[in-house]
Amino acid sequence: MSPDMKITKAAAAGTMESSDVYVEIQPAGQISVQIESVVFQQFGRQIDQAVRQVLEEHGVTGASVSLNDKGAVECVIRARVETALKRAEGGEN
Amino acid sequence: MNNSKVVSSIQEAIQLAGLKDGMTISFHHHLRNGDYVLNMVMEAIANLGVKDLNVNASSVFDVHEPLIGHIKNHVVTGLEADYIGGAVGRAISRGVLEKPVIFRSHGGRPSDIEQGRSPIDVAFVAAPTADTMGNCSGKYGKSACGSLGYAFADAMYAQKVVVITDNLVPYPLADFSISEIYVDYVVQVESIGNPAGIVSGTTKITRDPVGLVMAQYAAKVIEHSGLLKDGMSFQTGAGGASLAAAKYLKDIMLAKGIKGSYGLGGITSYMVDMLRAGCFEALLDVQCFDLGAVESIRTDPRHREVTASHYASPSVRSSAVDSLDVVILGATQIDTDFNVNVHTDSNGYIMGGSGGHSDTAAGAKLAMIIAPLTRARLSIVVDRVLTVSTPGDTIDVLVTQRGIAVNPRQAELKQRLKETGLPIVEIQQLKQIAEELTGAPQPIRLGDRTVANVLYRDGSLLDTVKNVD
Amino acid sequence: MRRSMLFMPGNNAGMLLNADILGADAVILDLEDAVSPAEKDAARILVRNAIKTLHYQCQVCVRINSIDTEFWKRDLEEILPLQPDLIMPPKISSAQDVLTVDAYMTELEQKLGLEAGKAKLIPLIETALGVENAFAIAGSCPRVTAMLLGGEDLTADLQCKRTKEGQEIFYSRSRIVVAARAAGVDCYDTPFTDVNDDEGLRKDAAFAKALGFTGKSAISPRHVADINAAFSPTMADIEYAEEVMETIRLAKEQGKGVVSLRGKMIDAPIVTRARQVLEMAEAMGVRIHE
Repeated sequence: MSPDMKITKAAAAGTMESSDVYVEIQPAGQISVQIESVVFQQFGRQIDQAVRQVLEEHGVTGASVSLNDKGAVECVIRARVETALKRAEGGEN
Repeated sequence: MNNSKVVSSIQEAIQLAGLKDGMTISFHHHLRNGDYVLNMVMEAIANLGVKDLNVNASSVFDVHEPLIGHIKNHVVTGLEADYIGGAVGRAISRGVLEKPVIFRSHGGRPSDIEQGRSPIDVAFVAAPTADTMGNCSGKYGKSACGSLGYAFADAMYAQKVVVITDNLVPYPLADFSISEIYVDYVVQVESIGNPAGIVSGTTKITRDPVGLVMAQYAAKVIEHSGLLKDGMSFQTGAGGASLAAAKYLKDIMLAKGIKGSYGLGGITSYMVDMLRAGCFEALLDVQCFDLGAVESIRTDPRHREVTASHYASPSVRSSAVDSLDVVILGATQIDTDFNVNVHTDSNGYIMGGSGGHSDTAAGAKLAMIIAPLTRARLSIVVDRVLTVSTPGDTIDVLVTQRGIAVNPRQAELKQRLKETGLPIVEIQQLKQIAEELTGAPQPIRLGDRTVANVLYRDGSLLDTVKNVD
Repeated sequence: MRRSMLFMPGNNAGMLLNADILGADAVILDLEDAVSPAEKDAARILVRNAIKTLHYQCQVCVRINSIDTEFWKRDLEEILPLQPDLIMPPKISSAQDVLTVDAYMTELEQKLGLEAGKAKLIPLIETALGVENAFAIAGSCPRVTAMLLGGEDLTADLQCKRTKEGQEIFYSRSRIVVAARAAGVDCYDTPFTDVNDDEGLRKDAAFAKALGFTGKSAISPRHVADINAAFSPTMADIEYAEEVMETIRLAKEQGKGVVSLRGKMIDAPIVTRARQVLEMAEAMGVRIHE
């Protein structure tokens, strides 16, 4: 876990396939999370919480995150957000 | 009497039939998502300025989306059906129709028509082939659909009957399904439907590995249910996993040399294969799903057309579901009391209907639901289904990829299946397994206006469907 | 007990959800060939989270990227903390290749405070050199618990055509089995790649079983049931094994040295085989009567 990750560029991760989620991240002064989900009524709150937790775990204080969720379970959402973060930091690959 | 009932247009037939504001008209759904007839008739009616009609269609598909416009213009103010697809269903759920939709089952509909509880003024019968006096059949013609099972009650009990065909043949059509004695007018049109939407070339077994696992479990449940013996009767849906279950069942029946009695319901090529392989003596066919089934019903005398009443009516002396041993069915939700929802999706929108679900479940000795434990982060097993389509006390087994639950009222079956090494679990456990994966969902918000009443096959009110904001 | 090992693409969220219910004794979550270079980061994080939260009901193996890529160390860094049953390094051609992977695993175990040597290795042998060095690879370090033969890449390296009949890999298959058995590790056969030829699969699996393979890998879930069947003892096998054990039990009671069953002397290899069959039957949940 990298402390205080800085988002320096736009990045995306995930897919639009069923049970997956497509995550886009952009640099921003503060944190904002937009969610579009096929299960928004049932899980909108949990998705928002999971995204914010991943941001916090990586010490991100500024990022605009938007999700297009096709019914991904939480561990998938967390994985895709983490991947997008690391790509936006320019950290991986 | 003139020796032809042929009139020049749909409009003329409507006028001759004396259609007036406030009447009930009916349609059958054998042309499924390829049907042109309902839309053509409704357009003609709208052009004539007739209003306030009650439409009783055995099923409404997405191709019938223009209905929404007729509802908005008050041409249609009432709708009754056994199944409504997502396109029209969504509009109904949003409240486009003031009067609640009446949902029946495939057995309940003809029962109510024949008992006089659901009178029809004018029935419009789409016919792939008809003669000039109205004898008609679904077995021939460019728009062939096979069985016309759902259209019989309409033709026999409506005040006026209009046959609409795109293959008019000289009198008499010897191999008719519906007889001229019921028919008032015949209309010839260019085309009654799009063959690609009427029957698929072939219905296909699923390639989804999870579906195949469930199908294998389903076949093993049947194998060990005590019902797999000579004379067994069987019905399955046209969904990929249900078809795969039929294929595995066929393998087991052939390996064990078991000869069943009949296959029932909507018929696919897979059921035809089972007939030809000697798994059944006969097929009783209320609806053909693919070209293989159409070909078979046309040529094989063991493959019989049955009326919707004969298929599933609860008020006739006996129907074929009463003698049914095993049925495999689907579900969008099932609750811990085994009640099944096939009417509404997880957000409460109408996207289906009973069809023969509750009829076959009530009749069959073993009614089995086959469904993946989760779909898009939602558990199939819930505390309470959004809509009760089929009462839980008629459902015996739920098969998922992560376990098989047996209704507690089937204690003996449960014990027998346990001894086979199949993964038998409590239905509450399945819900728990699902929610460990998905998390616990927030309940969805529905409005308090009733947009549909679900009638059970005996005509009693089973449940209501509320609007979605 | 491991008869079937099923490859699953590591970046497919939907497939990972149900990886463990397809009947395979082990799943191989793939970070290598099934994942494009641009998605390597996504797949390793997804697979890590899947192992962490989905509580797979079967054994878990992760195929990492080969040691001549930039990815394999990152793969181990993410995956090893989850302690999967097996790590599969691909394109292993020598004992040194295994030791390179082993050394980094050991380094990570020390750094992260993980149990030393818990995660085992199943090197993927898919080069001509790997086949020639199979015995050395099998015995290269205690982590190696099995080997898998990869027929597709191997035939490319052998400069021959991969056929359904598999004459071209006959020597390699035999060589791997002998090397594995000589070193006391398990060996797994290459997948059968035609998903529409069930009869061909059954033949291929039966042949692999006859050569001495422990089991067989699969690239399609549809192959799992037939592979399991091919590598499972039959009821007749189990009954015979029971008879063998019963006969030697009686012989011991009566103080007899040499015993025979159905006219055949029961020697040590027969007893060993019977024990293996009964262990497998128990693992399969076959009820042994009495």
